Amino acid sequence: MGRYFIRRMLEIIPVFFGATFLIFAMVFALPGDPIRALAGEKPLSEAVQREFSEEYHLDETLPVQYAYYIGGLFQGDFGQTFRGEKVIDIMKEKFPITAKLALFAFVFEAILGVLAGVLAGLRRGSFIDNLVLVSTITVVSVPVFVLGFLAQLIFGLELGWFPIAGIQEGTRGFLLPAAVLASLSLCYVARLLRTSLGENLRADYVRTATAKGLSRARVVGRHTLRNSLIPVLTYLAVDLGVLMGGAIVTETIFNMPGIGREVFLAIRGQEGALVVGIVTAGVLIFMFANLIVDLMYAVLDPRIRYD
Amino acid sequence: MAQATGVRRETSARGYEGHLLEVEDLHVEFRTPYGVVNAVNGISYTLDPRETLAILGESGSGKSVSAQAIMGIIDSPPGFITRGTIRYKGRDLLKLPESERRTIRGREISMIFQDALTALNPVFTVGFQIGEMFRVHRGLGKAESKQKAIELMDHVRIPSARERVNDYPHQFSGGMRQRVMIAMALSLDPDILIADEPTTALDVTVQAQIMELLHVLQAETGMGLILITHDLGVVADVSDRLAVMYAGKIVETGNVYDIYGNPAHPYTEGLMSSIPRIDQKGEELNPIKGAPPNLMRIPTGCPFHPRCPYARQRCVDEVPPLYEVAAERRSACHYWEEVLSPKEPISG
Repeated sequence: MGRYFIRRMLEIIPVFFGATFLIFAMVFALPGDPIRALAGEKPLSEAVQREFSEEYHLDETLPVQYAYYIGGLFQGDFGQTFRGEKVIDIMKEKFPITAKLALFAFVFEAILGVLAGVLAGLRRGSFIDNLVLVSTITVVSVPVFVLGFLAQLIFGLELGWFPIAGIQEGTRGFLLPAAVLASLSLCYVARLLRTSLGENLRADYVRTATAKGLSRARVVGRHTLRNSLIPVLTYLAVDLGVLMGGAIVTETIFNMPGIGREVFLAIRGQEGALVVGIVTAGVLIFMFANLIVDLMYAVLDPRIRYD
Repeated sequence: MAQATGVRRETSARGYEGHLLEVEDLHVEFRTPYGVVNAVNGISYTLDPRETLAILGESGSGKSVSAQAIMGIIDSPPGFITRGTIRYKGRDLLKLPESERRTIRGREISMIFQDALTALNPVFTVGFQIGEMFRVHRGLGKAESKQKAIELMDHVRIPSARERVNDYPHQFSGGMRQRVMIAMALSLDPDILIADEPTTALDVTVQAQIMELLHVLQAETGMGLILITHDLGVVADVSDRLAVMYAGKIVETGNVYDIYGNPAHPYTEGLMSSIPRIDQKGEELNPIKGAPPNLMRIPTGCPFHPRCPYARQRCVDEVPPLYEVAAERRSACHYWEEVLSPKEPISG
């Protein structure tokens, strides 16, 4: 286990350099001049433009710029935007909002997804099962932005239960975007658990458990569910990593000032340092979540051992 | 454990007159989208304490399904018991509510399965799975249950039980896993143990050890044993009585040695001549020609007639009853006398 852990940690190094370089190169390749974009209608003077170019090393080649960036990173400097804000400060400000949104979404999908999956999986072919199947396939096939707008229209405007956008109202403002953000994964969780439960209910060890004279509740709740939840829990853990990386569409629709919306704005403004910083953080979080998943596997399923 | 069991057994054996288990005219069918599968078509047998009844048959002969019917673990739907009675100590199990059957299941009638690797839950330790019997049925605590599990593992001769009680099923060898199953099944001193192909998945040497263990445990506890198998070798050593099943029916029943010495049904005869024997070295094996019938379309009359060398028109038209061949010996063949009579060896 220890060696496995170290190997996995070492794997993060090449992924880190690969990811940062790729993103850096893409931002570098974007057409247009970020300094001119920054100034807007009124052009900046030649001298100011030159000063900017020098400060941000914009005239250098890609490898040199990347080297400057990485060099700074290892001194704890994530760089700064063209407006002079420190990238690290922006991330510190935006990340908690994304994290809160992600946690709410995670709770939604974990609880509702597992509930729907259990109900459908235990009573195959029943009304509940069909309801879950039809509603999940519907939600999965509709794009997130449509769901977002629908939610705003129905629960925000018509019913007035939740604010339509922004976080001025605190936690209440997080519920609607979190539900929309969770909807897709919720469906996957429900379907995954339904299938997994169906398979496990036919397993020999379930027959054994019944033959032991255990109650149906114990056969299902203790023996079957424990096995069926293994793939679901690992999916949920990966998904938490994805959610933490920010939700560009949802955050933008609901005007949540999180990491996702920030990266969207940063791409538009060609804020290279900011884009690379946020995306790299996202990649690292995702890798970490994956590592947790793999370690979780070994805990949940004793047949899996890493050595 | 053995002593306590012995005492209880005496009283329970005395407490009830008549057969321990009586299966009568049992019918089980599976209603599938493709048609009705007639898995068990009117079988009857009895089992007494200390007795071993072997049920012999090919896959699909209904031997496992009939056992599952006794346990009450047939998946329904698609499986339905359409007719018959299963009397355990005089009570018809099929008429009991599920809550009452559950108290019999595992406690008074228990079962072990063919493949102990898949029959044990992969994510719980063997100690937990054995101990669960005591927690659920006897309300014992965690520590006590574990202690009981260790004792049982010891009793079924699993070496260093105390160290292995926290191991998972996949960490055991095939034979040891089946011992774990046996320990679990016998944990509450059942009156009846149903062993569904308990040695099929094991090496030959391990097979013998498991059968020997079952034999010893049966002698200790006095339980009745139903041994389901397709392996004639397993049957001979340990069984008292034998019931041969074909297409969901018992075609021949009687004392093991009588049947082995001289089968009274062509199917049994076919089974005997399809196994290699050391004293007939060099002779050709005579496998039964044809394939077992499709249980959705069982042949008319005697279900074995399409494969039977003795078959005549009567076999197509008329379902043979179980003819009494001798005391305690029956055969479902119109021409059992012909089958039974000594024959010239087929080859020289």
